[in-house]
Amino acid sequence: MRPETLAWIILLLPLASAAAITLLTRRQRRLSAALSIGAVAVGFVASLLLTRSFGALAPRDGEFLLASVRWLEVGPLTVDLGLRLDALSNLMLMMVTGVGLMIHLYSRGYMADDASYSRFFACLSLFMFSMLGIVLASNFVMMFVFWELVGVSSYLLIGFWHERASAADAAKKAFLTNRLGDFGFLLGIILVWGALGTVDFAEIQRTLESDPTALGALATLGGVLVFMGTMGKSAQFPLHVWLPDAMEGPTPVSALIHAATMVAAGVYMLARAFFLFDLPAAWPDCLSFLAGISALDIIAWIGGITALLAALMAVQQSDIKRILAYSTLSQLGFMVMAIGCAKPDAGMFHLITHAFFKALLFLGAGSVIHALHHEQNIWKMGGLAARLPVTTWTFVVGTLALCGVPPFSGFYSKDGILAAAESRPLLFGLAILVAGLTTFYMARLYFVAFAGTPRDSHVAEAHESPGVMLWPLRWLAIASILGGFWGIEHTLQTVLAPAAGHGAAGHGAAGGFFATLLAPFGHAPLAACLGLFATGFGFALAYSLYASAPAQDPLPARLGSLARWMRDKFYFDELYDVLVRVTHDAAAAVADWVDRWLVAGLLVRGTLGGVDVCGRILRLVQTGNLQTYAFLAAAGLVLVLWVMLL
Amino acid sequence: MTGMHIGLEHYLFVSAALFCLGLLGVVLRRNLLVLYMGLELMLNASNLALVAFSRFLNHLNGQVMVFFIITVAAAEVAVGLALIVALYRKRQTAHVEDLASLKL
Repeated sequence: MRPETLAWIILLLPLASAAAITLLTRRQRRLSAALSIGAVAVGFVASLLLTRSFGALAPRDGEFLLASVRWLEVGPLTVDLGLRLDALSNLMLMMVTGVGLMIHLYSRGYMADDASYSRFFACLSLFMFSMLGIVLASNFVMMFVFWELVGVSSYLLIGFWHERASAADAAKKAFLTNRLGDFGFLLGIILVWGALGTVDFAEIQRTLESDPTALGALATLGGVLVFMGTMGKSAQFPLHVWLPDAMEGPTPVSALIHAATMVAAGVYMLARAFFLFDLPAAWPDCLSFLAGISALDIIAWIGGITALLAALMAVQQSDIKRILAYSTLSQLGFMVMAIGCAKPDAGMFHLITHAFFKALLFLGAGSVIHALHHEQNIWKMGGLAARLPVTTWTFVVGTLALCGVPPFSGFYSKDGILAAAESRPLLFGLAILVAGLTTFYMARLYFVAFAGTPRDSHVAEAHESPGVMLWPLRWLAIASILGGFWGIEHTLQTVLAPAAGHGAAGHGAAGGFFATLLAPFGHAPLAACLGLFATGFGFALAYSLYASAPAQDPLPARLGSLARWMRDKFYFDELYDVLVRVTHDAAAAVADWVDRWLVAGLLVRGTLGGVDVCGRILRLVQTGNLQTYAFLAAAGLVLVLWVMLL
Repeated sequence: MTGMHIGLEHYLFVSAALFCLGLLGVVLRRNLLVLYMGLELMLNASNLALVAFSRFLNHLNGQVMVFFIITVAAAEVAVGLALIVALYRKRQTAHVEDLASLKL
């Protein structure tokens, strides 16, 4: 089969499945699940077949294939419905369909008791369609269309249990926050189109590579505006507030959308359009005070700040899903920071490995929640390791991968990011700190929830989840362990950083287990050693505080108000609440004043009053006295005669 | 009495004087009946002017007009007096300042 056909099949099957479930099989639960899972499974197989054509695991530099249909032609603007197939999109296809398949399978078990089973799978399929659209998009407009579709399916899935007010609110919050970022994204797309006359990735890249100043003074502004799309979708500071609340959705949704795939879309977009950000700094005159700051600087710092803030917040959360949510935020910040440090390959590598282990962690958390009848507070858990053996060992694998312990996949990707940040000492220090914090909060989660003795009667009654939920955990655990050895990094380096010196000899491409294992120490020893040290330090700290299975968190007593700030997420929600309320109130006050004094006062009552006063004055003339009228008539007659005759 | 020629101006002067007297009566007097007399006076003043014009301009239209006016005035008096009597019976007054119910 031709690769284009395969790509169209991968993209359109989930859409067909969503349509079929919605229209035909809402009542047949098993059939709906089978349709949805089948669509993803076929997509996964097709993605694997595509690697033969594109060699995602042995790529040829700079080659890509375009399958496009002319969609829109308005004046000078032409937009294709195009699929761009290259090693990068192929890799993402495999990741999205692979992790997606695991989570679809898991959902069969997790959602088994839910009344809206079919609706859930229809939404999942719609999401897969949108996400694959982003991955395959060949131009900005098409990407934006699927970008919004992803936002909609995310909204539907966060608010899946819409009868709960908190879920409905979280869905609304996620959608509106995303809209803020998307507005900037759209402005950026329009700006790029206005300056270059095209929205096609390949054409923009060609233009910008031949002339890096083609965007003129708008280069950096355009990059930052497009980056706003990432800030919304990948939940970067200051638009990060929606992601933790999105945990109101069912746990498979959290794993698929808010950990592995959708939130990664922003990072993928940064890598896909990296040529747009990697331009010399140029600001228009009115923003000249920002001179010298390039788009990549801003991206790197936003990523770094997100990573640090989120890691600090994660330290004091007590909801198992929220800890993972803040950890996701923090890791997304890492990826964005790596791209900001001009290493899109490092960011993308972390994206892929993170998808494996974070999906694994979320599904593990889901398994725990399922076993404990929807108890999510880790301080009511404890001793789970004895009751849920498979969940526990897979969770531990995910934790080790997230903490960056060799030889788990997270070690290689995190090391890549630390190495990327080495050129900026401040960010490098921040990244090391975040790496330590990551280990600390994950170890805390493990010690409190899985180790020790049960704190609650639920735990004693807990039983391991069914096989349909455990097998995805096992497979994802294998991917989390081996992800660093599949040559993903080498592929990404070849695609995204062909000029990089170590690209050809990059670790993971060839060589045995030990060669791969030691490679990070070879090419960036400082980053690898400090990263490992931070991991060890974080673990030691967590061990000393939590290994004795305390009944309560000992940290607030030691940190005082800082712990409260961490627990309350640095009061960002409250700050936004106040900001929104203040602006809202100010706007309302102005509108009220205009309405009260200008519209109702001047226009309505003014007209009324004017007519009323005129009426009252003219009324004096109407005395009701016959003789007055007669006199006035005569006087009028005299006046007329006077005018006529003289 | 020679040298004293009575011309159109004299007639018109008398007519104007009568008209003004009638108007003053209408505007100033309080009693409706007297007011009515003033009205008749004004009509007759205009009759006088018309007749004078007819005489001095050798044109009969003026006199025809006068007949019409006399006829209409007779009819008007009949209706008007009946109205005044009816009004008096209803309100026990024939003074104009008491009849101001047109005022809001």
